[in-house]
Amino acid sequence: MTTPETSTATTVAARAHARAQHGRVVECMPQLPPPEGTLWAETVAGGNYTHLAVPAGTELTLTDTEGDACAHLLLYVTGRPWERLNAADTVKVQWNAYLGAGSLLLSDQGRVLATLVEDTSGRHDALTGTSAAARNAARYGDGSAHGPSPAGRELFKLAAAKHGLTPRDLPPAVSFFKGVRAEPDGALTPTGSAGPGARVTLRAEQPLTVLIANTAHPLDPRPGYHCTPLAVRAVPGRPTAPGDGPRTATPEAHRAFLNTDAANSTTLEAR
Amino acid sequence: MTTVVLDQLVPARAGWSAVVRRGQLLTITDLAGNQAVDCLLYDAHDTTVRYSAPDTLQAQGSLFLTKGSVLLSDEHTPLMTVLADDCGRHDTVGGACSKESNTLRYGHHTWSQHACVENFLAEGARWGLGKRDLVSNINWYMNVPVEADGTLGIVDGLSSPGLKVVLRAERDVLVLVSNCPQINNPCNGFDPTPVQMTISED
Repeated sequence: MTTPETSTATTVAARAHARAQHGRVVECMPQLPPPEGTLWAETVAGGNYTHLAVPAGTELTLTDTEGDACAHLLLYVTGRPWERLNAADTVKVQWNAYLGAGSLLLSDQGRVLATLVEDTSGRHDALTGTSAAARNAARYGDGSAHGPSPAGRELFKLAAAKHGLTPRDLPPAVSFFKGVRAEPDGALTPTGSAGPGARVTLRAEQPLTVLIANTAHPLDPRPGYHCTPLAVRAVPGRPTAPGDGPRTATPEAHRAFLNTDAANSTTLEAR
Repeated sequence: MTTVVLDQLVPARAGWSAVVRRGQLLTITDLAGNQAVDCLLYDAHDTTVRYSAPDTLQAQGSLFLTKGSVLLSDEHTPLMTVLADDCGRHDTVGGACSKESNTLRYGHHTWSQHACVENFLAEGARWGLGKRDLVSNINWYMNVPVEADGTLGIVDGLSSPGLKVVLRAERDVLVLVSNCPQINNPCNGFDPTPVQMTISED
């Protein structure tokens, strides 16, 4: 039975009830205002998602605080989302299937979206993407966005919609903190997590719209759905500058940054 | 009694597209050998449901496509099944060449050359598809090994003249093909050649 103090039977009481929640703090929420020196700080719950738009140069650090996060990531150039992450070009152009420090996340326009400037995990996946509702339903009994075992694709649909994008705008994603290795015969072996505290830092080389789904890796061999919180922190910075190591690490990177410079300067002129 | 519904030669470097009805077979013949056939699949009635390389890899637990591989959509539903395969190994990790990615892979001198994405855009436009609809594709007959340290690359093909791949449509499927025009890459021996696309039914 509702006590008079907690009654929500009237507008005034309902307002008081809602307002009484002001200032409540839980683990998985944005920190607002962001801590000094940061653009954004948030903890994303396991089985949840976030989305943010960041200026070029922003350094975005993802931390697997408890050791069972899996950050499925999609990137778009803000304002012209037809330029987006291309996982195939990312592995093919760099002649490597595995992401690590120094890797570039490439767009479908031959340009750099982000540089992976720091990686303490070494267990990432640019091959097997995120999960679909049907797969999670078969494995865990449910794959819906608000169920107990949400699929990454269902969360990406929601995150994309908030930027005016539809499922047609969802290409294959890359994933951080849960790895996959390919055997010589092509067999794919999940490597699991590096443990609590692993982090990666991505530097935005263009203005980016970032979609992140924190959901169980699709090849997670465990019978249950396991996904723990993901810390997301964005700080201001500058894009990789001429003379910086990642620019000239390979001929492919060199040309990718030249292409990116041209795109960024065109944007400046348009302003 | 097998009936041939459509039998078309796709010239070197050209695009091709057709709807393959549920239960029909699509045979892709590498006429001269060592030709990469870039391929995208869509539900013919709802093209927002399209081929997903990641879902296909998840489901079969292996990088390479061959007989028995089920080609899944991004909703994790079957689009086509590989019924027969003379080659033994096909790629779905390397994606398609584009004018833009070619500037990274080889140099800006390649900017004016043919590329698969152009073929996909041209063929896709005939069916109301645009750039948003292009995702990581299948590369029939293309050989992309991955070394222990992750080194990945397109190397000499395993194909030879006359080899066939036979796919069964698990629903009505729109198939887009770019008969890869690459001339900088061993995917087609630096020499694009024609392929044959045959749709048949029992």
